Amino acid sequence: MKKSKDRIMLYIIGYILVGLVGLLCLLPFVLVISASFSTENEILKHGFSLLPRKLSLDAYRTVFDKPDVILRAYLNTIMVTIIGTITGLFITSMASYVLQRKDFEWRNKFSFYFYFTTLFSGGLVPWYIMMVRGLRLKDSYLALIIPMLFSVFNMLVMKSYMSSGIPDTITEAAIIDGCNDFAIYSKIILPLSKPTLATIGLFIGLAYWNDWYNSMLFINTESKYTLQYFLYEKVNNIEAYKKIIAQGGTNIGTFIELPTQTLKMALTIVVTGPIILAYPIVQKYFVQGITIGAVKG
Amino acid sequence: MLLPAALYTFIFSYLPMGGIVLAFKNYNYRDGIFGSPWNGFQNFRFFFQSGQAFKVTRNTILYNLLFLVVNTTLQVTLAILISEMPGKRYKKTMQSFMFLPYFISWVIVSVIAFNFLSYDYGVINALRNSLGLDKLDFYGTPKYWIGILTFFNAWKGVGYGTVMYLAAIMGIDTSLYESAEIDGANIFQRIFYITIPCLYPTLIILTLLAIGNIFRGDFQMFYQLVGNNGLLFDYTDVIDTFTFRALITSNDIGMASASGLYQSVFCFITILTANYLVRRYDKDYSLF
Repeated sequence: MKKSKDRIMLYIIGYILVGLVGLLCLLPFVLVISASFSTENEILKHGFSLLPRKLSLDAYRTVFDKPDVILRAYLNTIMVTIIGTITGLFITSMASYVLQRKDFEWRNKFSFYFYFTTLFSGGLVPWYIMMVRGLRLKDSYLALIIPMLFSVFNMLVMKSYMSSGIPDTITEAAIIDGCNDFAIYSKIILPLSKPTLATIGLFIGLAYWNDWYNSMLFINTESKYTLQYFLYEKVNNIEAYKKIIAQGGTNIGTFIELPTQTLKMALTIVVTGPIILAYPIVQKYFVQGITIGAVKG
Repeated sequence: MLLPAALYTFIFSYLPMGGIVLAFKNYNYRDGIFGSPWNGFQNFRFFFQSGQAFKVTRNTILYNLLFLVVNTTLQVTLAILISEMPGKRYKKTMQSFMFLPYFISWVIVSVIAFNFLSYDYGVINALRNSLGLDKLDFYGTPKYWIGILTFFNAWKGVGYGTVMYLAAIMGIDTSLYESAEIDGANIFQRIFYITIPCLYPTLIILTLLAIGNIFRGDFQMFYQLVGNNGLLFDYTDVIDTFTFRALITSNDIGMASASGLYQSVFCFITILTANYLVRRYDKDYSLF
């Protein structure tokens, strides 16, 4: 088939625009990576640039010279993410399962009970007081996990997947066979909901991984910071961080000689690393999830 | 089995709703939420008379409208182009790039912003310097932030939004396109007379939802990009950041509850209105 003029024009516009936006999205990452591999002097003289003018690993050497501080934050984030995601998935999927069962009497009442909280909330202050004064969660690991355990939005997505993706007859058949409700959930519904579990799990997991807000609100002890808040703190108090490293440092000189700008960038890369590595898998399930959401409304 | 979720919602959503009485009280730690003395509308009076209420409300609404227009235009345009273009590998690669910013935290975005905007080392100022132009003081000039915040908001959301609109485009009945082809429509006519009208339901729903949330500022973005840089607040302070600072920085529980309740009430009203409009448009798309 010969391509008509209008088609070619659209392709040209498409290639240019899509390429432009794509590269613009990638560019900042390149800049941060390049800065993290530069020498501090070049940055001070010429500013950040697209490619490092002089390659140097100084910044990374500084980060890993005293790795226990950042490893601690890594460990916190990994633990919080794993525990939070698994518990969150459990709570969310159980609630979704119950609400999609057509023989559940108070289905609509409970749906409204959950839904109403997305319309109206007490706001930040009463919630904060509940966490800090009511449950005494200040400076506790639980304060990092609890706030994001359950979201009504995730529950609704999962519920709509379960009610449209799994035929009711399966549940009915299981009931006739004498299966109890929990067994139906764990042996039938969960295995059949794998795609949505993966997607919602990633939603929850990503939220935990990227969380800094709850650390900022509730955590006072530095050893309990999550990774993102650790980064935020260190980038904003880079001098204090340099002092810590200089004190325990082995092969690096006084803290005045330690890099500052490149160190910020290297820290950022060390924190972002895992997301970039997991990106291909994460992206696949996310795209699937959004597509399910869009089709189901 | 519903119990954990129901209990969770009760403790973290319903119980705190009782806490809205704080907005009408002079809170102190000794007497707690219910023992503290009432002070009527005093907290609200401070909030409104200081001029803060007007400023943060204006900023929140205008930013949300701006984000809505920019994001929707960009995402719909890209989705349509991607759906029409050949070159699978090219499209896939570019889409992967576009989705990348979605997965990083706002903390990292703020480092990226610094990399671009810093007065001494930023890429933009380095570029301007080499072109012989004056350096720009981004972190000291409020008006630039309208553009900066819009850019980063669009940057972070473009991948997600494009995938969503692409999914909607894939749902369009292909027979419409085939008949247009037979009738001799060119590709632009097809886009303007078939694709875009077919996206109307999605567009209207998403727009109304966004308008329903117009009183909610994206705290994470505003806080990370602007931080506690008071110089910029005239153009960048939104209700959420204001409430947060009142609570954490100045520890003014009364003011924070007042602005928080003000936001909750207006949110509630706009969401109900938006939903009413969706219902009138098409009952199937309404939220409740």
